[in-house]
Amino acid sequence: MENKENITENNEVNENNSQVSIKNIWKLYGKDAKKVFTKKLMKESKADIQKKTGCIVGMKDINLEIKKGEFYILMGLSGSGKSTLIRSLIRLVKPSKGSITINDKDITKMTNEELLHFRRDTFGMVFQHYGLLPHQTVLENASYGLKVKGMPKGERYTKAMKTLETVGLKGWEDYYPGSLSGGMQQRVGLARALANDPEILLMDEPFSGLDPLIRRQMQDELVELQEKLQKTIIFVTHDLHEALKLGDQIAILRDGEVVQVGTPEDIVSSPADDYVQEFVQDASPARVLTAGSIMEMPSTLAYAWEGPKTALTLMRSKKRKASFIVDKSRRLLGVIRDKELEKLLENNSKTIPTSSIKKVTSVKEDILIEDLFPIVTENRWPIPVVDDNNKFIGMVTTDQIFESLSPLGGE
Amino acid sequence: MLEFPEMINIPLAKVIDSIMDWLLLHLQGFFDFIGAIILNVVLAFENLLLFVPWFVIIILIGLAGWKLVGKLSTGITFMLMMFFIGAFNYWDLAMRTLSLVMASVIFALLIGLPTGIKMARSDKAERFLKPLLDAMQTMPSFVYLIPALMFFGMGKVPALFATIIYAVPPVIRLTNVGIRTVDIEALEAAKAFGATPKQILFDVQLPLAKPSIMVGINQTTMMALAMVVIGSMIGAKGLGMEVLLAISRIEVGRGFEAGISIVFLAIIIDRITHSFSQTKNNE
Repeated sequence: MENKENITENNEVNENNSQVSIKNIWKLYGKDAKKVFTKKLMKESKADIQKKTGCIVGMKDINLEIKKGEFYILMGLSGSGKSTLIRSLIRLVKPSKGSITINDKDITKMTNEELLHFRRDTFGMVFQHYGLLPHQTVLENASYGLKVKGMPKGERYTKAMKTLETVGLKGWEDYYPGSLSGGMQQRVGLARALANDPEILLMDEPFSGLDPLIRRQMQDELVELQEKLQKTIIFVTHDLHEALKLGDQIAILRDGEVVQVGTPEDIVSSPADDYVQEFVQDASPARVLTAGSIMEMPSTLAYAWEGPKTALTLMRSKKRKASFIVDKSRRLLGVIRDKELEKLLENNSKTIPTSSIKKVTSVKEDILIEDLFPIVTENRWPIPVVDDNNKFIGMVTTDQIFESLSPLGGE
Repeated sequence: MLEFPEMINIPLAKVIDSIMDWLLLHLQGFFDFIGAIILNVVLAFENLLLFVPWFVIIILIGLAGWKLVGKLSTGITFMLMMFFIGAFNYWDLAMRTLSLVMASVIFALLIGLPTGIKMARSDKAERFLKPLLDAMQTMPSFVYLIPALMFFGMGKVPALFATIIYAVPPVIRLTNVGIRTVDIEALEAAKAFGATPKQILFDVQLPLAKPSIMVGINQTTMMALAMVVIGSMIGAKGLGMEVLLAISRIEVGRGFEAGISIVFLAIIIDRITHSFSQTKNNE
């Protein structure tokens, strides 16, 4: 029965184009961990399982699908199982139950020999405290993955030199890691991981030990690098800003369970529960939310072809002094004020000439709120939001911006 | 009534005696073989040290003190110490003692390093070996002389055998601890890149455990020196024998000369082996 299920699941995976498919993964620490796998116990919480059986739950029924080329973030506090999860992808930690399929191969079922080759060919890994060998030079460290593969010295040094150049460490190859700063040591770690040209890059809190400024710089460089390389990156962090900045997809873990999976915007705008909300609370939504997510329709919208009278009546009924005005195909022309309309009526004008329409700055719907600030400060109108064809789709008011900033995750 | 009842009597001594008899009877060839190996190694060292002229050895030790320990004054002190040993007329005996120490340390390392590595890589081995090592280190050193005597008779070989057994625990322990305390991420990194257990051992574990292993070698050497002195009780010629003779004849001056020579040797050996763990650490 179970086998059949697995087969169908695998087929689904292929249809979904997942490169990494994590199915019902459990990790238990303690004697006789198998006794936890009863229907009743498996539904209990981490604390209850520990109380009843003495087993510590590292991962609890985790299911994730990671697509090729995706920047996937695993986020959580310490003890949430994020490090255990990333280690189990490469079987540094062996899951107690479940399957992890990578490139259609189940890594939990591999023999040790197969596993060695799989690690060599598929992965590169970067560690929080770098994990460099202090007795070897930067170049030797960077080429270690190739040495393990059995590549001859000359060839592996040439390759490693190239990756060292990519990470900006040219000229440092003969130094020992001990004489390098933390940021540079992590670059060596990154170069070592990239030297293999792996399909999947695993990064375990790579920037957590670095100074904030260096951290930001490294993040920027990683984003740039990823645009070039297009690798699948699985990235562990406890820093929400980092997660929001880097991730295509974010999985939030707590007590060994996945609490929420989604894009940065999903996570910030609709946190799944209190835990995620707490996480999200001190995140600045200005860096995540877009104009499109907070815009609304104005109470009035003037249509240029309807003439000044209709527009004025509409605005008066809503007690507005100005309105956005669009043409027949709903393209934004600008803002029209009631004074201008009154003038036109006095002159018995049946149409609204462009001369009486005030041009305004418009934005696209995917602009970050952070980037709206300068526009808001020099403009007293609400900001119109348009699509690629300059079609009016909504507006953002200063009030809405402030509203969106304060109670993130609150309501 | 207050005395322990004589009725209760566990004949452990008899049991052990009969085991020893059995071993001697059936494994005599094996012990002869081991004895021959040990003897040849000691003799090789002895011949070497006695063949090389005394001033060459003094200069070499001086150089070692200067270059390895780091100060010219240390080198000169070492040379003076060796000169005094010669001036007490103990040069030959000191060289014999030194060759015993060297031979026993080599055997101790040959046994101790692999055992330490094995112990570090298997929790089972550690659970089994830890109490054994504890017992070996708490046992009075004289006790080792008895089975050694039984197997090999009098002379250098039993003294050396007892010395090896006595001196091996520190290097096992510190190799084990050194490997077990290697930076976990360096280890995980090697694993993550698909390194085999052998590659991990030689690329990561042993190099990173080196300072700790060197401390183990230093301790093993010092314990070997201590035991070699005691080994003179069963006929290993050397400085210890002079002390023993001085004790039995109550010749305080002679005992002092021999004793101070041993101390000089001990200081020199300790400083030099200690320097190995230090210099590597600073890199």
